[in-house]
Amino acid sequence: MAIELIEGSLAIAHGAALCRPGVISAYPITPQTHIVEDLAKMVADGQLKTEFVNTESEFGAASVVLGALAGGSRAYTATTSQGLALMLEVLYNCAGMRLPLVMCCANRSLSAPLSIWSDQQDAMLMRDSGFIMGFAEDAQESLDLHIMGYKIAEDERVQLPYMVNVDGFLITHTFEPVNIPDQKLVDEYLGSYKPFQALDPANPITMGCFTEPAYHMDVRYQMHKANLESTKVIEEVAASFEKKFGRPSGGLIRSYKLDDADTVVVAMGSITGLAEEAVDTLRGKGQKVGLLKIKTFRPFPTEKVKEALSGKKHVIVMDRAMSAGYGEILGSEIRAALYGISNQPAIDSFIYGLGGRDIHEDEIIGMINRPNPGTHRSEWVGLRPDLLEE
Amino acid sequence: MEDLKQKLMKKHLLAPGHTACAGCGEALGMRLIIDAIGPNCIVANATGCSEIFTSKYPQSAWEVPWVHSLFENSSAIASGVEVALKARGKTGIKVVAMGGDGATADIGIGCISGMWERGHNILYVCLDNEAYMNTGIQRSSQTPFNASTTTSPSGSESMGNQTLKKDMIAIANAHRVKYVATISLANPKDLERKVKKAVETVGPSYIHFHAPCPLGWGFDSDKAVEIAKLAVNTGLFPVIEYEDGQLVKVQKIAKKAPVEDYLKTQSRFRHLLKSDDGKKVIAQIQAIADANIEKFGLV
Amino acid sequence: MSKMLKPGINVKPGTSKENKTGSWRNYYPKFDHAKCIACGTCETYCPEGIIFGDKEHKYDADLDYCKGCGICANICPVKCIEMLLEVR
Repeated sequence: MAIELIEGSLAIAHGAALCRPGVISAYPITPQTHIVEDLAKMVADGQLKTEFVNTESEFGAASVVLGALAGGSRAYTATTSQGLALMLEVLYNCAGMRLPLVMCCANRSLSAPLSIWSDQQDAMLMRDSGFIMGFAEDAQESLDLHIMGYKIAEDERVQLPYMVNVDGFLITHTFEPVNIPDQKLVDEYLGSYKPFQALDPANPITMGCFTEPAYHMDVRYQMHKANLESTKVIEEVAASFEKKFGRPSGGLIRSYKLDDADTVVVAMGSITGLAEEAVDTLRGKGQKVGLLKIKTFRPFPTEKVKEALSGKKHVIVMDRAMSAGYGEILGSEIRAALYGISNQPAIDSFIYGLGGRDIHEDEIIGMINRPNPGTHRSEWVGLRPDLLEE
Repeated sequence: MEDLKQKLMKKHLLAPGHTACAGCGEALGMRLIIDAIGPNCIVANATGCSEIFTSKYPQSAWEVPWVHSLFENSSAIASGVEVALKARGKTGIKVVAMGGDGATADIGIGCISGMWERGHNILYVCLDNEAYMNTGIQRSSQTPFNASTTTSPSGSESMGNQTLKKDMIAIANAHRVKYVATISLANPKDLERKVKKAVETVGPSYIHFHAPCPLGWGFDSDKAVEIAKLAVNTGLFPVIEYEDGQLVKVQKIAKKAPVEDYLKTQSRFRHLLKSDDGKKVIAQIQAIADANIEKFGLV
Repeated sequence: MSKMLKPGINVKPGTSKENKTGSWRNYYPKFDHAKCIACGTCETYCPEGIIFGDKEHKYDADLDYCKGCGICANICPVKCIEMLLEVR
């Protein structure tokens, strides 16, 4: 059991490499570049045996991995922001074709304006795609979600691609102690890829037909249902992962000091680390605050959210993305999950940290302790008054 | 009759029952090409006529393993299939990427460039019916000079498409594609020979097929082969062959025809026959044909 | 055959044969076997690939699929194929 102090990107590269994808194709884009470079070096040094394909764009890379999956090989790609936007139609295609790609996205803001810094706006492009979307808190979980990702995606009950979301720079470019699992354990846990559909002259099939109105809606329903019902598989995999590798990781939700809390912060991604500190600070002052970490955004864990937040007095949702012209995104989904339950908590939602804007513990505390709980919807935190008109 | 049919009907790798227009030059070409390639292949196809008329769920006309993803990425999909076969230790299966002129020369040019630059062992077949036919006859970079299409229509202010065909042969050669050839319905034996040669090539190969389209070009359903022959005999579609960038063989023109013989057969050019300005354009088109004849030594 | 959807939009090969495109045509080809020289050109050039024959039996079209395009009649070197109006 090796614990190394490594850059988040290297942990992610290990996560991917341990799963033995037969084909890797990823186009470099900040802040995902170190992941691609680390994988290239592993290949060059003979540590990773894979077909490593350098393409002309993210669109090419995504198409190569889709083709690889159709050709019967486990495949991996990684991207962010503009690259994700460029490969978007391939990714929707992948989900619709039910091919179990695992993709890492180093969450970054979307142009315009151009920004290489961290927020989760890019992930939101994938919200309706059919991809299963996991959000990592730290480098360890980023690695772990790769292994769990393949296990979930390749499950017969799922057969959907999996997206590992890791906050760009915050996870990819920071150094943390990471346990890199033994290859043997991963091999035992994952096994080799056994495709349910693959191209083979010995048994020809036609993949990727078009559908007329008489068929389309039913195919889409089937895909949606598989995504919805994958909650069961995600929980099973989180349990089996903990059993095999000895640590809790991933799953649908995780919580921190939630049980006796009357006030709960809900957040997704690396911010949950800082949110834990805010919780501890306020607990020190006698406030019964807890934290609900959304680990899986799609399928949205509605039942788990209801279970966790029922009976709470005040819920504060933190959104690191926004829907222009509407506001909150995660906030909206939490509200919808809690709608109609008896004794619904007061819900506030805040938009923070876009384009890498830093957020401090006191700002989180400020969100929690803002007067008139329940009246703050999609409030932007940390804006610069010197730049904006009143 | 049934027994004779069972006994004598050859099995083609493109099955009947597909929904191509009656007399489709592309369907005919596709069948000849996939028969020449043989069953030990995997085909990645772009969106377009070739995909739409063969893969309407739940029916497929393809007897070989075949995958369709998007409009512009058949080359990148094929690249993925090729490396997957390598990763799985499967040898001897030929990977083929197929697409129309839109998928090849326009929206897909970036992905093709990448595929060729990486040197994948893939045969790319371009089925060139000279416009975006499946979406309703809109112009492409392969639409000939002064052809009328729905997005480059002829009218009082216009003679139709004003650009020359983007030279895919030159682009392929510039990418060091090992084997590059054009094929036509005018010579099916030559077509078969070239396709087989491309299959045997280890590394990138490119085949450009001229696909007469009855609906889009405006001619009766029985004329596709006749018109393909005229395109060759005028010099407008040179039938040529390159190996490692060197011109190795050309199909000499059997019976040279003036371009007007070709243009008058199709309603997409008919506007040129109706005016003095049109006649000037015909002379320009003749110059294009003559330049081809000169460049490749077609007579 | 079960129509139940399986994950992915995949189908078995050659299933287009269920679609009898012969219903499309207005004209059908009539082959004059006396004139036919069994060159096979019609078979080569049928876009549907549904002309069959040999030197002994001469050539015919599978009318289940023939769309009546007339290419065979047009390119036959001895003009032994006639396109006749389909009467239903």
